[in-house]
Formats: sequence, structure tokens, C-alpha cells
Amino acid sequence: MIPAAFDYESPASIDEALQVIAGAGDREVKVLAGGQSLIPVLRLRMNAPDLVVDLGRIAELRGVRDDGDAIAIGAMTTHDDVTREPLIRQHALLLSLAAQTVADPQVRHRGTFGGSLAHADPAADMPAPALALGAEFVIAGPSGRRTVGASDFFTDLFTTAIGEGELLVEVRVPKHTGWGAHYEKFNHVAHTWSIVGVAAAVRVEGGTIAEAKVGLTNMGLVPIRATAVEQALVGQPATADAIRAAAQNADQGTNPMSDASADEHYRRHLAKVLTGRAVLAAVG
Amino acid sequence: MTAVDETTGAKEFGQSRRRKEDARLITGRTKWTDNIVLPGMAHLAMVRSPVASGTIASIDVADAKASPGVLGVWTGADLDAEQGDLPCAWAITPDMKHPRRPAVAAGRVKFAGEIVAVIAARSAAEARDAADKVLVDYDDLPVVLDMNEAIKEGTPLVHEELGTNVNAVWVFNSGEAGTGGNVDEAIEAARADADSIVLERTFRQQRLVPAFMEPRSTVVDPTGEQLTVWSATQVPHIARFLLAVVLGISESKVRFIAPDVGGGFGGKIHLSPEEVATVLIARKLGKPVKYTETRSESIQSAHHGRDQIQRITMAAKKDGTVTGLKVDLLADMGAYLGLVTPGVPVLGAFMFNAIYKIPAYEFKCTNVFTNKVLTDAYRGAGRPEATYAIERMMDTLANELGVDPLALREKNWIKHEEFPFTTVCGLTYDSGNYEAATSRAVELFDYEGLRREQAERRARKDPIQLGIGISTFTEMCGLAPSRVLGSLNYGAGGWEYSAIRMLPTGKVEVLTGASAHGQGHETAFSQIVADQLGVPFEDVEILHGDTQITHKGLDTYGSRSLVVGGIAIVKAAEKVIEKAKPIAAHLLEANVADIEFDSGKFSVAGTDKGVTIQEVALATFAAHNYPEGIEPSIDADATFDPENFSYPHGTHLCATEIDTETGKVTIRKYVCVDDIGTVVNPLIAEGQVHGGLAQGIAQALWEEARHDESGTLTTATFVDYTLPTAADMPFFTTDMTETASTSNPLGVKGVGEAGTIASTPAVINAVVDALRPWGVDDIQMPTTAQRVWKAIQGKEFDASVGAKDTRDGSHEAAPGNGAPLWSGNESGGAQ
Repeated sequence: MIPAAFDYESPASIDEALQVIAGAGDREVKVLAGGQSLIPVLRLRMNAPDLVVDLGRIAELRGVRDDGDAIAIGAMTTHDDVTREPLIRQHALLLSLAAQTVADPQVRHRGTFGGSLAHADPAADMPAPALALGAEFVIAGPSGRRTVGASDFFTDLFTTAIGEGELLVEVRVPKHTGWGAHYEKFNHVAHTWSIVGVAAAVRVEGGTIAEAKVGLTNMGLVPIRATAVEQALVGQPATADAIRAAAQNADQGTNPMSDASADEHYRRHLAKVLTGRAVLAAVG
Repeated sequence: MTAVDETTGAKEFGQSRRRKEDARLITGRTKWTDNIVLPGMAHLAMVRSPVASGTIASIDVADAKASPGVLGVWTGADLDAEQGDLPCAWAITPDMKHPRRPAVAAGRVKFAGEIVAVIAARSAAEARDAADKVLVDYDDLPVVLDMNEAIKEGTPLVHEELGTNVNAVWVFNSGEAGTGGNVDEAIEAARADADSIVLERTFRQQRLVPAFMEPRSTVVDPTGEQLTVWSATQVPHIARFLLAVVLGISESKVRFIAPDVGGGFGGKIHLSPEEVATVLIARKLGKPVKYTETRSESIQSAHHGRDQIQRITMAAKKDGTVTGLKVDLLADMGAYLGLVTPGVPVLGAFMFNAIYKIPAYEFKCTNVFTNKVLTDAYRGAGRPEATYAIERMMDTLANELGVDPLALREKNWIKHEEFPFTTVCGLTYDSGNYEAATSRAVELFDYEGLRREQAERRARKDPIQLGIGISTFTEMCGLAPSRVLGSLNYGAGGWEYSAIRMLPTGKVEVLTGASAHGQGHETAFSQIVADQLGVPFEDVEILHGDTQITHKGLDTYGSRSLVVGGIAIVKAAEKVIEKAKPIAAHLLEANVADIEFDSGKFSVAGTDKGVTIQEVALATFAAHNYPEGIEPSIDADATFDPENFSYPHGTHLCATEIDTETGKVTIRKYVCVDDIGTVVNPLIAEGQVHGGLAQGIAQALWEEARHDESGTLTTATFVDYTLPTAADMPFFTTDMTETASTSNPLGVKGVGEAGTIASTPAVINAVVDALRPWGVDDIQMPTTAQRVWKAIQGKEFDASVGAKDTRDGSHEAAPGNGAPLWSGNESGGAQ
């Protein structure tokens, strides 16, 4: 790999990282958070930043902790750790299941949860489950920390609420203890991006769907919450027929692209089928 | 596996030895070309055209020349006087159009990815940085991409100087050749006959990227008396010859080395523009130079494979007997001709008739230039395309006639007792047993059970539909008989060379002209030599891939290494023994006529006196005591030119599940029973089959090189060129039947391409079989989920499809009615 030349810093703390970024002045800065998207872009010389700030040495950005009614996941926690971490499996199973489907084992061991969310690729698998579970995004900047809700975080194609000079440091995910979950990924070959993905978490009480959260991958420029499906599910029996009927609303409010892997019409169809399957699998 | 074959004394033949080369290949602690570092070595980067067709209005290299570390920048204009033209070794017709092919384009570019300038710098990074600073202005010219458009009058020309976009038209007609009837008459007769049927279908063979694991890399050292070239190539000998011819260097001044090479699949059969450019720049700088391509450069500019449009007409009687086959191809050459580019479709010409007794046959291919990277050999080269078309047609005919597709094949195939059999193309298949391979495959597959399940799923319109696909393939491989290749106007022969050097310590060095790039030659050849000379497997060293070690050879492609190169080794070993006999006799104070050789020991008949081959080797080295009148050497060499191709065959059965809600295709079961004759190393053979299957299945389901309307390859990374991984593959059930080849002393046949050739039609036949209730008769490759889903939208589902009796009642196609679908009768023939 021969990218264009860049300066490289690997700060040891969040504060130091913020200082390095602040000190970059007019130079274009890219943050390396695992590198599974950034490195290919550099390799193909589609981007040539002046400074790459590698967060890989910052221990405080890794790991998962119990934070009362939520779990707090460090931005640099790898996908592989997300799949295995007991706290996540217990309280946010959907994230664990989605992370298992990311690309291949090499990518899952290098790529990070926060890196994927901050990159905000519409075909990436982690944004939709994070959105569905109502994650909160803790963003650190020169003037301290702020928290952004999931619905305000993903703003456009490859664009988030993270501002200039800021870093995503932690993702707080409300506990969904005891919820059923499933991530239904549809792709061409195993290691490629999702054509469409559906993240579903449901709470069933006495055979009835009490609550449902559904997020869609690659059905627009940003991950989309399938609110019409969620509303249609609540109060319904947890049966295949009822779930499939509710899933017919899955493409409402979406704006899928047509590209080489699928056209818009097919993506809309897939969203409905896969939503039915995801919810059905989630109810168990 | 028995330890020793009692009849032959063979200890190694048939053993599933693990490959001795794997430890170094897998760990990378070996001599990959890109690992080579020479003192003072400079690095190259290529500037490539983003434009598929245009003229270079200007090139500004000033900034690049001033870039740090840069040693020089050369455009096509700078190199044109000395770069010569890259050669094509196969003028398939006397009037074939053969365009100039410069290593570095001068003035005119003809595909996106063509080299327009070369940078040399002290480091690879500096070279790459400088390449970005070369400013090229192009005047765009019309782009020719579609083959049907390209051959129309008035279409812009890829090569204006040729006056046409047609490279050549090559025809074989069995009536004219005297090997069969006139196909037009057969088709006319069928059209006029109420008891006959004529089918016409068009199939598309999409473009594929060979996608070898190791990108191509070349290191050239021009210092010293000889020019030394290390390159990731399949063909060091051919490349040396061509380099000498292209650049006008004495062949004796060129040493070409293929160190360990990480895959090729045909994609490294060439003298490449990059190799020539690296040699030119190394000579100019007078110092070693390296060029290693990036993966994207490889996908964009190394040759592609396949890319044909196949128009097939088949005539048959309604009892299922095929009476004529007419093939009309368009084959995309891309912008230039590589080593065997125009001959690739010709290699398929003899295989459309496959295992069947087709009385009248015509093959015509029209080779077409387009503004895309060239095509050339890719695993199977012409034969996968042919096998696909015929096996798709056999399934189509079976469906049209309402007969079981296996029964239809059995009705038409060559029976075991009919071998050797001369086909409608004039090839003589030496051996085969299609009945045995098919019987075994049907048994392993549970053909009847899956047909029953298919009927049940159809009856209840299950969202998961099942399809069963068949491919009973054969292929001609082991390229091979030099006279035959000569008759096809191929530029070289097909022999192979080997030499055996008996070292004083009793160790054995074996030189072979067949250079491995992943096949496991070192292990398999060592097994052969160990048996031939009766020495331990560990004592055999296989030396290859260096023109100074093995001075001649025709390299590795077309499943030829074992059936040609392996036999050359056997012949050399026989000579070693013959040369050793008089010395052994002398040492044993016996008559040469009384010396017998068995399992590494020369003994005097009827006595227990003997010497080992190692003892003879040492005595020969010392040369203190050997017979008068002979040379003190038991080294020997041999060149073997076979009299015939090798004809492996097999029966592949594939069951696919189609998720009708999404269109996703999943392979439920894949069974193949290949007959590759006798097997030196079953583990290696099975590995070849697995890899081949993966590549063939990938063509069916996943891979396609696509271009946009401007001629830009839109699948230039592995994000977009969807190469499958192990995660996408089903478990394979593989087995072998063993019908020894009668054309070589080991009874072996080639296996390198078999899986790729056979599997693609098996998968597509299965997909189409699953979709038949919707009236689907064909589907384009790769059969993406979207393509499958769209194929059934708005169509009526007819569960009764495929469950009807044959028209003449001789075959039962209705599953579950108690009658066997296929006789499995070893003697063959209709039920």
C-alpha cells in the first residue's frame, strides 16, 4: 500500500488527541479508528489527508461498562469485542448479532464500533442497530463533552453530528435486557457490504409484541428507523402472519439508491421481506 | 490407501502426501518476486490511461521528473523506438488481423488501464507520488464496447489501421473435414421432420478476472553479462524466448526466473507490458529495477477471461437423439492480442460436442476487438465456455422433450465399450467411463430423493424451491501433441523436458520445464521419482522455474504438468536406470543382461547380489571403477511429446435452493465424481477439484467484470468484483472413478481445470431447473439474487412443470412414480 504522504500521530489519551487535532490548524485531519474504511481510501488515493491521528493507543476508548440504565461502549471497541462482550450480549444483543455479520474476521478484529458509526457508510451494519436501540453518542471536543441522540447523529451520506475538532468517544446504549433481537443481512458474497440489512429488537409479553424497534441499513443516505413497522407491530400477536403484515410498511419513508448490486425497486421489496424475517427471528 | 502396490512396487503413487512446499508458501518465508531486494534497486510506477479510447494530446512530465527521488520518466514516445511489439503466438487464420501492441502506449490509447508513462524512483513510494504528477491530456475518441455493435458496418474502429473490428473468423465444419455430416443439412432435415426438434439458444459468457492471489511483480537485474528477470509468471521459458525476440536480445543473454509464484489460473501466461517496460528501464538505468502492480492495477490491466456470446442451434429427434449441433460465437478479444488470445475460443471448438455422439457439427467463432483490456487464457480457456453451452443445451432439450436430463445424456453419450472413440471433431478420446462416474455421482447425490423433494416443494409452492443441475463434462487438456498444435497454427509445440541429476550422496535433483505456481508439483513429481528410482521421497528435490537451471521447457497451463511434464520425468528416470545398469553390472562383476532393477536396487538375476542406486551414484561420482567405453555419469534427460491430449471427465450434480422471496441462490448439495485416470496424490487432486469448483461456481453466481458506457472498469477492486470466499462455498462431496488413460505410461489425466469447466453449467442448470415452474428457460450469469427475483416477477407458477411423461414413453420424468429416472446401467443404452 502506497498512499500519498501524510503526518502521523498516535496520542495516548483523549485529551491529547483533541489537542493534536486542534493543533493541526488548516491541515486536513483524518482520524484512524481501526482503518477498515480509511486505509482502503488512502491506498486508492481517493483521499490525501495531511495528518492522520491514530486512536489505537488510547486505552480509555476501549471496552464496555455498565452505566445504570445503559451500557457505555468505548468508541474504539472492536467489532469482534462487540460480538463477544457479555454486557452487550445481555443488554444490547442486537449490537452483538449485527457485529457478527460485519465483513470478515480480519475486519472485525481491526474495525471498531465507533469508527463504523463515525464513518456513517449507508451500507455499514452497525449504524442501523445503534439507531434502533436509541443509542446516545458522546462527543468530546475542545470545550468539553456533549451527547447527541441517535436520531440527530446521522445527518447525511458519510456525515454525522461530529463537528470539526471533535471525536466520538463513547456510545451509550439503553439497556434492552431480555429483548429478542436479530440482524438480517442480505449481501452478494459474505464479505461484501449489505445490499439491505434489517435490525430488529422486540419485547414480547404473553405472546403479544409489547415494544418493537427496527432499523434499516442501506435504505437511504443514512440509517432509517422503520417507525411505521414498529407502530404496526405493537399490540400484535407474535405470529408470522401478523409480523409479515406489519413488515409490509418497511419501505415507508425510505429512499434507497439504485446501484450495481440492486435497484431501488428490489431494495424496497427486500426491506419488507427482510424486516419480516428479522422481527420473526427476534421474537424467537 | 495401500502402502505398497503389490503389482508395481509403487510406494508413493496414490499416497495423499501433504505438500512439502506448503510450509514456505503459506508462511511467505520464500522467494516471492516482490520479496526480492537487490543492492541499489530502483522502483517503477506506471501512469495508466483513465480513457478507454483516445489520443494523447500532450503529456507533461516536468513535475514528475522534479519529484523527490525520481530517476527518470519515460513516455511511450520515448520508448517506442526500442520497445518492439508484444507478441501473440497464435495466428488462428492466415488473414488474422493483428494490431501492434506496444508495452507503453504512444499517441493512442485503446483501453482504460493502458500504460502511458513509466516512472523510476529510488523508492516505490516516490515513484507512486511522481506518477500522480504526470499530466496527460486526452482527446476522447468513440468507445467500442459491445461485440454485436462492433461488427456492424460504420461502427468506429478500435484499430483504425486494421479497417475492421473483426480479428478473425475461424470455422470448423465436420462435413468439410470429413469427420461427420453437414450440420445445415441435419438442421434442415430436423425442421422438416415432425419427429424432430430444433432448438436455438443464446448464452452469454460474462467477462471474468483471473484474480490470482499474488499480484504480478517483476525484478530485472541488468548488471553482469546476462540480463536476469525474476517475474511472477507461469511461463518463464516462453517469456524468455519472447523477450529476446521482442527486444532483439540474444536469448542466451537472458535468464528468466519464476520464483515461487502465487497463483495464475492462466492470468500469468504472457510476456506482459510491465515486464518489457521493467527490462527497458533497468537497461537504461544500468541498475536493478522492480515493479509490483497494485491489486486494482491487476484487475484493470492484467488480462481477463471468457466474454463470449454463444448462439447455439441443436437438432434432435424427439426420442432424444441429437442429430446436429451448430455453434456461432462472438468472442471478445479486448483491445489487443495476448499470447493465445485469439486461440482461446478455438480451444473450445473441439469440446462443444463433449461426451456425446453428435453426427454433424459446425463451429464458427468471430473474434472481435473492443476498447477493453484484452482477454486471454483463464482456467479452462475455451473449454468452460463450450461445456457450459452444451450442458445448458442438453438440459434445455431434456426439458423440451419432457425427459429426465440424465437419461437424455445417457442416450447420447459415448459408451464405455466404444473407446477409443473418434469424435465429430476428429479427436480420439482414448478412454472414459461416463456410466461409472454418473452411477457413483447419482448414488452420492441421492438423485431420486432430491427429485422427490423437488416435486413436493413444487406441489406445495414452497417459498424455497429446489433445482437439480447436471453437468457431464469432458475436456481436452495436457497441451500437448506438438503436431496437433502445429496444425492449428499455434506458435509453439507442446512437449516437456526433464532432467535427473544423481548426486554423489544419493540425493536426486529433478529438473522440469513445468513450473508450479501453486499446483504442488514438488510433492507430486517427488512421489513419481521416488517410485521410479526407488529412492526416499525426501531425497528428491524438484528444481524448476529458472531458465538457467532447466534450459528448456514449455511451462505450466492447460493441465499439462503431470500428463506431459510428469511423463518426461518418467522417461528421464528410465534413462537413468539404463545408464546405471552397466555400472552396476561392473560393480557386481556380472553381465548387464542379468541386471534387474527393482525398488532402488540393481541385482543380479537369481542371486542376492546387489547394489543400491545410491551406491551406483557414488561410484559413478568417484569414477574409480566403471566400465570402459562409457561416460562416468548416470544423469539423464528426456523430452516428451505425447501423441494425444488427455481427456478427463466427470459427472457433477448440483442442488440449489432458491429463496423465491428474495431470489437468493444457495447451493444445497454439490457432488462431483471426476475421472482423471490414475491419481498420483489424491489430496492434491481433490484440492485442485475444490479450487476449480469454487471458480466455476463463482462464475455462475457471483463474478463479473463490468464496464460503464465510457469503458471504465467499474469492478476494479474486490469491493465491486465480488470474489467469493470459503464462507460462500458449500461443502463439496467429491469422489473419483479411475479409468486409466491409455495415452501415457502412468495412466494419468489432467485435473487442474476440471472443476472449473464442469461446475458452472451444473449450477446454472440447477437454478433454471428450480425456476421452471415460472416458465424460466434461461438466466444470465452471474445469477444474482436480484436477477433471479426479477426473472419470476409477474409470472404464473405452474407446479406441473417437469412432472410429465416423455412423449414416446421410453423415459419417465415424473418423480415419485416408482420408475427410476435414470437407469444407472453400467452398460449404458436406453432404458
